Amino acid sequence: MSMERQSNEAFFWMLFSAGGVVAAILIPIHLLLFGLAFPLGWLHAPTYDHLMGLVRSPLVRVYLFVLCSLPLFHWAHRFRYTLYDGLQVKHLNEVIFTLCYGGAVAGTLLTGYMLWTMH
Amino acid sequence: MPVAKPAAAPSKPIRAKVVPIYSEFHPRWYRPRVSVYWWLGQWQYLKFILRELSSVFVAAFVVVTLFQLRALRQGPEAYARFQHWMQTPFAIALSVISFFFVMLHTITWFNLAPRAMPIRVRGKRVPEFLVAAPNYVIWLVVSVAVAWLVLK
Repeated sequence: MSMERQSNEAFFWMLFSAGGVVAAILIPIHLLLFGLAFPLGWLHAPTYDHLMGLVRSPLVRVYLFVLCSLPLFHWAHRFRYTLYDGLQVKHLNEVIFTLCYGGAVAGTLLTGYMLWTMH
Repeated sequence: MPVAKPAAAPSKPIRAKVVPIYSEFHPRWYRPRVSVYWWLGQWQYLKFILRELSSVFVAAFVVVTLFQLRALRQGPEAYARFQHWMQTPFAIALSVISFFFVMLHTITWFNLAPRAMPIRVRGKRVPEFLVAAPNYVIWLVVSVAVAWLVLK
């Protein structure tokens, strides 16, 4: 088990790294607009129809898929090691690994399903 | 003409005799127990843990975005309810805290580039802020593009 994980480490690190880039570049503007500027009335929120028009475009769907999926893998990697180093719960290593990456895979599948079946 | 048989492998595997070395008093490693709160002692350690915790808010953003997508799927009324929820004090607090943590992630991530990839020109190392600068330019351009698409 531990040998297998070591050989997969590079793969998981790539996902972590790619997710880190996506999160660093894209999430601030999304949070600023949809989390602060629109709810607090700093800017006029886009209408439902405008957003649906955007989401109907295949390119925007790919964008949203990347925006949701890769950062989840970034989270899985970082959170795993935060628990490992920060809380020193080394004995639960396997459980934490399964929960973190299981969550990321589940989130990715859910995102894909929602975007795929959206009309 | 009889063909010589190839030399057969020895039927019995040769067993190496391992003589374990016993010592009456096994040396014990000196491993002081590290407190669970080790990261509270120094600003550098605290910064490290805060940076690592930013991932929790990255995940929270994805969860909220998935709820937003679900509301969009369900129709205008559901989306209005989602917008209303985003105005509740809890959602605003979550957004403000998430924004600060994600900015911490962005800045630490961009500033890591010159450490991970030191660039030398004529044997001299390019200053760190010059290596990190393209990251900030890309960030700005992409942010403006996203805002333009959403606000158009």
